[in-house]
Amino acid sequence: MMGKKTIALLTLTALLGAGCTGRNQPIEKDVIVIGNGAEPKDLDPHLVTGIPEHHINQNLFEALVSVHPETLEPIPGVALSWKISKDGKEYVFNLRKDAKWSNGEPVTASDFVYAWTRLLKPETAAEYAYQGYYIVNGKEFNTGKLKDPSQLGVKAIDPHTLKVNLVNSTPFFLGLLYHHSLYPVHQKTIEKWGAAWTRPEHIVTNGPFILSKWETNKIISIVPNPHYWEKEKIALKEARFLPIENLDTEEKMFRSGKIHITNEIPLEKIPSWQKDSTGVYQTHPYLGSYFYWINVRKKPLEDKRIRKALNLAVDRERIVKFVTRGGQLPGNVYTPPGTGGYEPPAILPTGATRLEEAKKLLAEAGYPGGKGLPPIEILYNTHEGHKKIAEALQQMWKQNLGVQVTLFNQEWKVYLDSMQQGQFHLGRQGWIGDYNDPNTFLDLFISDNGNNRSGWKNPAYDSLMEKAGRELDLKKRLAIFTEAETLLMDELPLIPLYIYTRNYLKSKAVRGWTNNVQDQHPLKYVSLDHETAK
Amino acid sequence: MGLGYLVKRLAVMVPVFLLVVTLVFFMIRFAPGGPFSGERNVSPEILRNLNAKYHLDKPLMEQYFSYLSDLSRGDLGPSFKYANRTVNQLIAESFPVSLELGAIALMWALAIGLFAGGIASMKPNSFWDYVPMSFSILGICLPTFVIGPLLVLVFAVWLEWLPVAGWNSWEDRILPSLTLGFAYAAFISRLTRGGLLEIRNQDFIRTARAKGLSETRILVVHSLRGGLLPVVSYMGPALAGIVSGALVTETIFNIPGLGRFFIQSAVNRDYTVVMGTALLYFALIFVCNFFVDVAYALLDPRVKYE
Amino acid sequence: MSRASAIQTIGIPLQPEPAPKGHSLWGDAFLRLRKNKLAVTGLLFLLVECAVFAFTPWVAPYGFETQDLSNTLAAPSALHWFGTDTLGRDLFTRVLYGGRISLLVGVLASLVSVLIGVLYGATAGFIGGKLDSLMMRVVDVLYALPFIFLVIILMVYFGRNIVLLFIALGFTQWLTMARIVRGQVISLRQKEYVDAARTMGVTQFRIVLRHLIPNSLGPVIVYLTLTVPTVVLEEAFLSFLGLGVQAPMASLGTLISGGVEVMEIAPWLLLFPAAALSLTLFSLNFLGDGLRDALDPKGAKD
Repeated sequence: MMGKKTIALLTLTALLGAGCTGRNQPIEKDVIVIGNGAEPKDLDPHLVTGIPEHHINQNLFEALVSVHPETLEPIPGVALSWKISKDGKEYVFNLRKDAKWSNGEPVTASDFVYAWTRLLKPETAAEYAYQGYYIVNGKEFNTGKLKDPSQLGVKAIDPHTLKVNLVNSTPFFLGLLYHHSLYPVHQKTIEKWGAAWTRPEHIVTNGPFILSKWETNKIISIVPNPHYWEKEKIALKEARFLPIENLDTEEKMFRSGKIHITNEIPLEKIPSWQKDSTGVYQTHPYLGSYFYWINVRKKPLEDKRIRKALNLAVDRERIVKFVTRGGQLPGNVYTPPGTGGYEPPAILPTGATRLEEAKKLLAEAGYPGGKGLPPIEILYNTHEGHKKIAEALQQMWKQNLGVQVTLFNQEWKVYLDSMQQGQFHLGRQGWIGDYNDPNTFLDLFISDNGNNRSGWKNPAYDSLMEKAGRELDLKKRLAIFTEAETLLMDELPLIPLYIYTRNYLKSKAVRGWTNNVQDQHPLKYVSLDHETAK
Repeated sequence: MGLGYLVKRLAVMVPVFLLVVTLVFFMIRFAPGGPFSGERNVSPEILRNLNAKYHLDKPLMEQYFSYLSDLSRGDLGPSFKYANRTVNQLIAESFPVSLELGAIALMWALAIGLFAGGIASMKPNSFWDYVPMSFSILGICLPTFVIGPLLVLVFAVWLEWLPVAGWNSWEDRILPSLTLGFAYAAFISRLTRGGLLEIRNQDFIRTARAKGLSETRILVVHSLRGGLLPVVSYMGPALAGIVSGALVTETIFNIPGLGRFFIQSAVNRDYTVVMGTALLYFALIFVCNFFVDVAYALLDPRVKYE
Repeated sequence: MSRASAIQTIGIPLQPEPAPKGHSLWGDAFLRLRKNKLAVTGLLFLLVECAVFAFTPWVAPYGFETQDLSNTLAAPSALHWFGTDTLGRDLFTRVLYGGRISLLVGVLASLVSVLIGVLYGATAGFIGGKLDSLMMRVVDVLYALPFIFLVIILMVYFGRNIVLLFIALGFTQWLTMARIVRGQVISLRQKEYVDAARTMGVTQFRIVLRHLIPNSLGPVIVYLTLTVPTVVLEEAFLSFLGLGVQAPMASLGTLISGGVEVMEIAPWLLLFPAAALSLTLFSLNFLGDGLRDALDPKGAKD
């Protein structure tokens, strides 16, 4: 009996003792730990499409032109300087001589020629291949119409001079260069290892960091690249990216000091973090727009008046204040304000009279008080946040217009399929800009854009967008965009709802991590101040 | 039963396995959406390139036979979603983790479940019955997605005794295995109590009691063997489930196990991973049920397998 | 749950009217069941619950979808007994509506699964041999089919149909049931009384129906009571796939999973739906145990 009791007692002390020693150990010095959302698909810059991958890749690779983390202006990367021809169609880059791969080899102009050819090669099957369509013959080569890669508009004049010819003058081309699809990649490594070239034991990169560890669903770790041309500037010893899909887990790990930076904050916890006074709560505008597609091919939505009535009956202030609650901007406009210096025209009425106008429009269309209106359904993919917004809209339309709308959720891929087939009335979309220019948003509503799910086709809009693509003068260009968006907001094949913000938590020890609309955080500039952490 | 039985059973497995491969292979292709659909559409030209790269442009029967031929060589193919990893790699990385988590959870489940069920069955409808059984009901009503966050909140965030999440040190094993084991413990305790109550009224137990044996002795020596049959039946699927079905626990505690691939691969339409996990699960079920049938024969000498 | 049922659980003994003095198996069972106070309490609770759910649209103080965006996550009060949710909807109302759906789904789907599972398992176990082997391998195969695809495909071909919900839910549950019953039957079929019946020339079908199934009822009832909550919670998963209840309607499963997300901010959103499910389950279990005891003639007086 004694024996049993002793064992029981020992077990108990062991358990309690475990409690005391097993506490959340402090993270090592100069090691930053970052919550990074989903497990990366890959780290091959030509194949990845997601944001978690970009968070890591922007530190492993260096583009021709980098981006300033505060101003988002193009700054020299592998290219020291560049010359742009008068017609805006030819770029000549002068590469720095001390740029090196992580195996010590120099980074040359032909590395870029190889990389961009690989991006466009049909066999690579890069989803972002269209980022190379701006280059002469890019599209032709990618779609198999042209077999000879030497006809692509990218040439190595000498090891340190790269010449690029574009189809059109592309005013945002320098900003585009920072996109991961245009990073250089190491030819010999890829040819030797195939799909496995991005495994930590094989990978060769040219950025400030190199990949040192990758365990699926557990950790990706990067350390400074000893061959990087500016290696003395790097303060971190290591950065660990943890794939944490459960936001609640991530937030709790932050609270127990296990991670420095979270990827997000659980929706319901944002309000209580907003009240937090320690300064760890971070929020900033983000280059993204959340809206509903209106399928103009479906009755009664082919009627512009109905579309406008639905738009006017939405109280966007209330949506952002009580439903999304992350400090989002009410979506009275579609393009995020400030995108590439652009201010979208505010033409959706926001005042008290808008409800009267909505009712009037509905009656004019033949459905006074919503009577006789064919059924309308909101389609959304299963997600708590999407559901809440749909539920709130349903109530608003019911109360403000007397319109009955039903909700239907579908599993993600089924939902995508329905949207693609046009089997919906109203369907949600979050559109994140690829580059800091209004084109990335307004382009979506061009008639032949494969992502335009509304079925709305407007030749006047198309020609405006084409005109903007040719305009070199920034001011005139923005004026054309304003004209296009005004047309869009009059026709309303969409219901804009809010402009994104990013909400996350950041330890006070982190220095040099600046908030910007594109969420670019090169770790090259980041350091940890351990004194303030305590 | 003996070696002959084992050989027979394995012989049966081959056609059944083929059946599973075929059913699953065609079934998943009938679901809408493919591996490359996303928030943004891929243009038709690029989609064509992608399909060609993964041989999805070939006729379905051709794909089926090439899958079978790869499978016969033990090659489960590349993952669509995790482009630089093969299904074999993914399983090799995550299966040991799931196995470890499942084994610890099972230990908890059996220890707690058998103990609570045993106690409860000794004095039915008394305090000693109600307390463990009430806990068991709670255990069933509070699913893992409630228990997990609750345990984390109390032991990791408030008391700071244990880590919030992760899979590195042995302390990381405690909360997830408890979370996962809890639901199974609840089931096992109910089934144990039921089975033991069933058997305690049977003649040979009455005889033992009449001989003046103590209740504890009766429980351990006589009733457990027969009374555990329902538990043993339950253990087959439970074993397979505990190893593969830890999706919720794995996400809550951020554990790099196999469980999350079961749902994620389906959501991603990552066909090769769906196939790989389904086949692995089938193998697990097969092995577990085999052991269960063997255990049956051992527990109940009347059961014979020809 | 409701006010009425709350009083009931405190235990005002409501004597059911005296049963006729029958001597059939079920008559005896009913007499024994009546003496079991817990089982009676469980039964009464369930009856009251069913009554409340039947009249939910008239009992509920608010509409289940009526929002008050300026009063979200309010704590329980006289106006909102269970507080309000993230969109300012009355939780009490939503638990009533949700409980109604969940109880219906839980009980029906469990019964379906038990019916299939018992017949299938008993047949396999009793006949044995090659047929048993074949039937059990079929079960193995069905276990291995990825459930999520099954549901998606069913939905694509049959649309959103409530019958599909029961098929999908029953489908996963009957497999284990069948294995349990088969195990019981295999050990029972060797018993003396089965041999006796066989020598007396009783048909196989009658042996299964009259001897083997009733004698395996104990574990079946236990497993049935375990299945109900599993099914209720699984319905939440089917909602994820688009089958199951559609927003803004709720079920206990979706309420509980939604409650977990606000556990630290508004614990009542988890507490009340979980309590509703637990109380129902307690009642079901007590009733189930009572039934099991009552149906077992040998356990009459111990």
